Amino acid sequence: MSLERGLSYAAAFASALLDPARLAPQIVTGPNGKAAGKRYDVYRNNVTVSLIEALAAIYPAVQRLTGPDFFRAMARFHVRSTPPTTPLLFDYGHDFPAFIAQYEHARSMPWLADVARIERAWLDAYHAADAAPLRPEQLAAVAPERLGDLVFTPHPAARVVRSPFSAVTIFAANRDTSPVGRIDAGRPEDALVTRMEFDVVVRHLPPGGAVFATSLMSGVPLGEAAALALAAAADFDIASNIAGLIEAGAFTSISSGDA
Amino acid sequence: MSAKIAVTTLVLAGAMSTALATLAAAGPLTKAEAEAAMAAKKEKCFGVALKGQNDCAAGPGTTCQGTSTVDFQGNAWKFVQGGTCTSIELPGGKKGSLKPV
Repeated sequence: MSLERGLSYAAAFASALLDPARLAPQIVTGPNGKAAGKRYDVYRNNVTVSLIEALAAIYPAVQRLTGPDFFRAMARFHVRSTPPTTPLLFDYGHDFPAFIAQYEHARSMPWLADVARIERAWLDAYHAADAAPLRPEQLAAVAPERLGDLVFTPHPAARVVRSPFSAVTIFAANRDTSPVGRIDAGRPEDALVTRMEFDVVVRHLPPGGAVFATSLMSGVPLGEAAALALAAAADFDIASNIAGLIEAGAFTSISSGDA
Repeated sequence: MSAKIAVTTLVLAGAMSTALATLAAAGPLTKAEAEAAMAAKKEKCFGVALKGQNDCAAGPGTTCQGTSTVDFQGNAWKFVQGGTCTSIELPGGKKGSLKPV
């Protein structure tokens, strides 16, 4: 079979994979040219189930929160409307948090999409490139008058997820199988996700910390980032936030703004 | 710049020295200690996202029982309370619920 014919066969074969209401494509035949509807159904089912399984593996806390039946139904809707765009399963499901945010049956759980965003950030951090984190000595070597203009390079694994709900607490309580106590969902929480070596770590950022971290990660100089954080939260503590970000491995290097 | 709060060099320098003192107190590993810690951890497995994810779907998924259109009928679909969401309270005193709203 030529490459061109192979590709057109694949396109025809795939045409009905995500719509169970459609008949098997006519090009799909069994021995002696017999119709192969049931064979195609098995294949079609496995495509859907494998993608639902991928979402369940990427979003375990969301599944625990909703229970498997709700999760699988929600995931099935998403899978059927959002086929993968790459063959890499770990890269599938980037649109799932946004889907959850507008999924009508999840409206009573407004924090669910943010929990999903943290889980997505966790997996992205897990697969991000390795890089040596910034060492405190490098900061110690900077002259005081240059600190305000200091620009930080973010670590490839570093992510910030902001939520108007207690998404970090809910995430942490549901990533394993230990019992979940009563949680007040109403406290805004921001997450810092990093990976120093092999282990992804999710931290709960203090007030102003998310503005500070996202500003520095997007290249805003230190002095301006601190001012933005103080404007966002009057009790923002510059020292503990610098120490926390360095300890978490959120950055790889520093440079003077004019460099 | 939208922020009206100026952070002076003095404030920044003070904060940085406090931050560095905090980090030093945490006791950074020596090179030998760091290498020992690295060696103790198993090698990172590239390309595998999470356990089982790349496996061929086994169990119920290998039959064609899920292919019928009746397995998702929108409004007719039953919402089963199986999750932990009921332990989470929303500001209005409303708990998470899996019932359609």
